[in-house]
Amino acid sequence: MTITPLIKHDYLAKLAESGKRADGRELNEFRNIEIETNIISKAEGSARVKIGNTQVVVGIKMDVGEPYSDSPESGVMTTAAELIPLASPDFEAGPPRENAIELARVVDRGIRESGVIELDKLCIEPEEKVWIVFIDIHIIDYDGNLFDAASLAALAALLTATVPAERFELGENYPLPLKEPPISCTSVKYNNVIVMDASLDEEEIAEARLTVATDENGDIRAMQKGLSGSFDVEEIKKVIKSSIDNGKKIREILYKSVGK
Amino acid sequence: MKSDIKLFDSDGKRLDGRKPDELREIKIEVGVLHRAEGSCYLEWGGNKAIAAVYGPREAIPRHTQNPLRAIINARYNMAAFSVEDRKRPGPDRRSREISKVISEALAKIVLTERFPRASIDVNIEILEAEAGTRCAGLTAAGVALADAGIPMRDIPVACAAGKIENQIVLDLGKEEDNHGDADLPIAISPRTNEILLMQMDGHLTLDEFDTALELAMKGCHIVSDLQKKAIMKKYQNIEEV
Repeated sequence: MTITPLIKHDYLAKLAESGKRADGRELNEFRNIEIETNIISKAEGSARVKIGNTQVVVGIKMDVGEPYSDSPESGVMTTAAELIPLASPDFEAGPPRENAIELARVVDRGIRESGVIELDKLCIEPEEKVWIVFIDIHIIDYDGNLFDAASLAALAALLTATVPAERFELGENYPLPLKEPPISCTSVKYNNVIVMDASLDEEEIAEARLTVATDENGDIRAMQKGLSGSFDVEEIKKVIKSSIDNGKKIREILYKSVGK
Repeated sequence: MKSDIKLFDSDGKRLDGRKPDELREIKIEVGVLHRAEGSCYLEWGGNKAIAAVYGPREAIPRHTQNPLRAIINARYNMAAFSVEDRKRPGPDRRSREISKVISEALAKIVLTERFPRASIDVNIEILEAEAGTRCAGLTAAGVALADAGIPMRDIPVACAAGKIENQIVLDLGKEEDNHGDADLPIAISPRTNEILLMQMDGHLTLDEFDTALELAMKGCHIVSDLQKKAIMKKYQNIEEV
């Protein structure tokens, strides 16, 4: 650790001992969340999500292509994330590095494994033609907690997406078939305190990170633990509980933003 | 490129209802990003661009440093979802060329001699593209540089003129660009009318070129006023300390 994070660490750790955070939030409280949809008219679906100062834009594009041979009757989805140098002085140009890849994969898993996109309804001709859904995540301002901002933006963009059947002369356009989405909430741990929705300063001193995606029934749908620190079982349970609580609130914000 | 598409209606109006010397609608917001030292969001017709400035900071890798001046590192990038058919992420030959000519245009206007060995990084993201993204990007970059407090001789601004159906018009739209006869994007220093960037494709006679250049310059000055208004809007209420 260089000197600046050490000073930050001592400051934030001291605050945390008395249950406080630098920006005045409760330990398990999210920053303000803003969601704006349909911001890119060229995209099939799009959204801009702000969590505090963190800002993410996601665009959905669709194309017709071949299915994978092991799932000939189901559509294909791919997720890509770019940590473009616009968003932070520390992001460099070039092909995605491991952080961008982990981000894209965690978002992808949250959507794929919970079956949010009904890929079996995206088959045009078995073994020949299916819809391909591209989820492209653009980080434009980085102030911590990209996992949740990117997941939420991807969901908001999907919820407003239209299958562009007319452009491919495949009948009328229709809304992308979707199921109830799980909401992802990320906590980090430093100095034996666990905080939800870490700001950049908190993320820089974090020892361990846990992302939990929960569905509308309060069941767990995806998890990812990151960084070199550890959690004990009690801590994991606490994180899951507060992910469910926050997930409920975020789901309401999400539905409100897409008019559901 | 000749085609059957009519680019003017019977009243001499263009496809989107504009007069020949009329710009598309432009909206400029200053300081939209938290992390960057200066930033600008710009909508120009259907184009949506964000520019962010970082630096001056030590140029890395070190062999890129110039002991006499700062280097300007502009990076023009298009989002995968910015165009009709998804674009593969990452730089291609087109975006590298645009990055280069924009870097060179900005290097002329920034007082680079004040910051030896430094780099000033100008990141331009095109979120949505509809003809004229390089002009939109450079215009946003000019505002972002001013917002970052980078010393400049002027605030650079860009605009294009072109030829459709044998008539010179300002600021080509998507269909006009695809079916028109020529496109002439320029960037200038509006105080001195020095030309910082100029590209042309298509076919223009010498007279047509003169008309087009004059029209593009006129467009630049209109956009320049919008840039200054947007910057004033952010800074005019800040009191001196």
